[in-house]
Amino acid sequence: MHQNHDINIHYITRVEGHGNIVVNVKDGRLEKCEWQVPEAPRFFEAMVVGQKWDVLHHITSRICGICSIGHTLASLKATEATFGINVSERDIKLRKLALHAENLQSHILHLGYLVLPDLMGVGSVIPLAETNPAEVKIVVGLHKLANQMSDLVCGRTTHPQRLIPGGFTKIPAKDELKKLRDALVGAWNDIETVAKLIHTLSGKLPNFTRETEFIALTSKDEYALYDGEIGSTDTKGAKVSQYLEYTNEYIVPQSTAKYAKHARESFMVGALARVNKNYSQLHKKAKDVATLFDLAPVCHNPYMNNIAQLVEIVHSWEDSIGLIDELLADNLYGAEGLNVITNTPTHQHTNTRGIGAVEVPRGILYHDYTYDENGFCTKANCIIPTNQNHANIQLDMEALVPQIMHKKTDEIELTLEMLVRAYDPCISCSTHFLKIEFKE
Amino acid sequence: MKPKVAFFDFASCEGDQLQVVNLEEQLLELLGHIELVSFREGMKEHSDNYDIAFIEGSCTRPQDEERLKKIRANAKLVVALGSCATIGGINCLKNHRDAITVRKEVYGDKYELFDTYPARPIDAVIKTDCKIHGCPINRTEFVNIVKALLMGQKPFIPDYPICVECKMNGNVCVFEKGMTCVGPVTRAGCNSCCVNEGAICWGCRGLIDNPNTDAHKEVLEKYGLTANEVINKFKLYFGWENYASKS
Repeated sequence: MHQNHDINIHYITRVEGHGNIVVNVKDGRLEKCEWQVPEAPRFFEAMVVGQKWDVLHHITSRICGICSIGHTLASLKATEATFGINVSERDIKLRKLALHAENLQSHILHLGYLVLPDLMGVGSVIPLAETNPAEVKIVVGLHKLANQMSDLVCGRTTHPQRLIPGGFTKIPAKDELKKLRDALVGAWNDIETVAKLIHTLSGKLPNFTRETEFIALTSKDEYALYDGEIGSTDTKGAKVSQYLEYTNEYIVPQSTAKYAKHARESFMVGALARVNKNYSQLHKKAKDVATLFDLAPVCHNPYMNNIAQLVEIVHSWEDSIGLIDELLADNLYGAEGLNVITNTPTHQHTNTRGIGAVEVPRGILYHDYTYDENGFCTKANCIIPTNQNHANIQLDMEALVPQIMHKKTDEIELTLEMLVRAYDPCISCSTHFLKIEFKE
Repeated sequence: MKPKVAFFDFASCEGDQLQVVNLEEQLLELLGHIELVSFREGMKEHSDNYDIAFIEGSCTRPQDEERLKKIRANAKLVVALGSCATIGGINCLKNHRDAITVRKEVYGDKYELFDTYPARPIDAVIKTDCKIHGCPINRTEFVNIVKALLMGQKPFIPDYPICVECKMNGNVCVFEKGMTCVGPVTRAGCNSCCVNEGAICWGCRGLIDNPNTDAHKEVLEKYGLTANEVINKFKLYFGWENYASKS
């Protein structure tokens, strides 16, 4: 039987940013199979040059609306590393809480609003609001709770205001933290309901496996998100300062975003990479959810990144409650009931270059800044998680299409769109920093 | 008949559309009053038949002008959503620097292959009917403006400085803390949200219409500053407004 498919998905929907899927199959032969990234870059690398050390986090937060907290934290860590600015234990806990809030918000948004429609056979969450109002209400409620958590810790859900070099301008009062704790505890039934709903639909996730390398921050102390060293499922790890060895970028003609490789032709970062690398450090309930879905390390099915996100929702939920308990038990925590300005950083020049790495919803994010003696930025490099995933998406597509070529064109389209969505790409992020070259 | 609504994005972080999603239950209510026909970030369906177009992001390259003009031709009302669309936003930081240098830093010796020009708000390319300011937009303001538009009323957009709101919130003046703040020349409407959180006003809502005459003079006089001095000292968000006034 001769198969012919001409697939051209221009600007795939329900992802952040602009990407195209182009597949041509003629007489059963795969002629073209490309994941294209035509997004326009925004020159952030050049925009921060000449800017002072105390505004860089404000500017680079604007790289991405969805992971603005992660960008702010990676930026602050790079600046703090440059100037030897210390952050108190309490403020690190609050930053971890902020990162959990973002992880929860982003993962719930992705699973509930972007992935669920595929599993339920509709084009968006809007028709689900009529057919499945109870489920949609739960998803909306959880998303709202995660946003309230960002609001409370960062001052705003998107583009945080309170995070500054050295700590916070303002911290939540104890009674606000207590209320947040109660709200989180009260949300468990809803999280469980969502997990069960996705479990009943998980048969819709394609069973596709292609061996690849997974890279994630890893730490001996905990399931690494805020801090750690670079870890790989293929090779031994390295310090964050060696990040360029783990993000070897290369050029392909169909993409304005660079591709990256390490031990193989491509690697994957994000929730699945973290679960694969740091599974043993997940909290108990998170492991239970992983077990429910037969997700065990090392899982090489990229569609399971959706499930890894669900596992992380549970982990972040558990870890947040623990962090709040630790903060509440801290007698030194602020003046009772009052918000206080906690830190006015002073600029002490010790190094000229600093690197910050943080796990954000979509994977490892690196910010690398060089400053002059007056604290003005002279050079910046940021490597965004989605950027590290583009090559893996391309190679997955090349391996997947021959396996599904016999199907109808619209089924192939959906399977490929679901593949891209599983990576939860943040495309407008991924092209913001790239030095683009062209094959002659 | 419910008005048909579409969302579009240009150079931006898509954080303003995220604020629309962050309306949570209110978004579900809003969807009862409109027919959403295009929202690439959240839905598969798309139609070019719409009454109101919300546009997020700046125009940063000549070829994007065509897409903007098409949206203008299709829509009865065009609403600029967020700083990148209303004033050019953070994208305009590159406008302060030499364009060739910026392009070389990003594209190396192949820089000429890439079209780009000074980042600009969308009303530098097409007429807009309404601007929802902020980086990101304020969700309450978004709802109020959309309500007004749906009822055929002119939305209220303040033309007085942030200081007015900041004073009412009882904040200690940022200048008092030895920092620079562009609140005296920046358009209010955010309820001085950044200063309330211990930060400064960064100017994301853009300049008031006549900063030289309508700035919060009381603050400026107290600290011996003029409106222009404040604008020039700190201009993360005023890249287009400065660029346009100079050229």
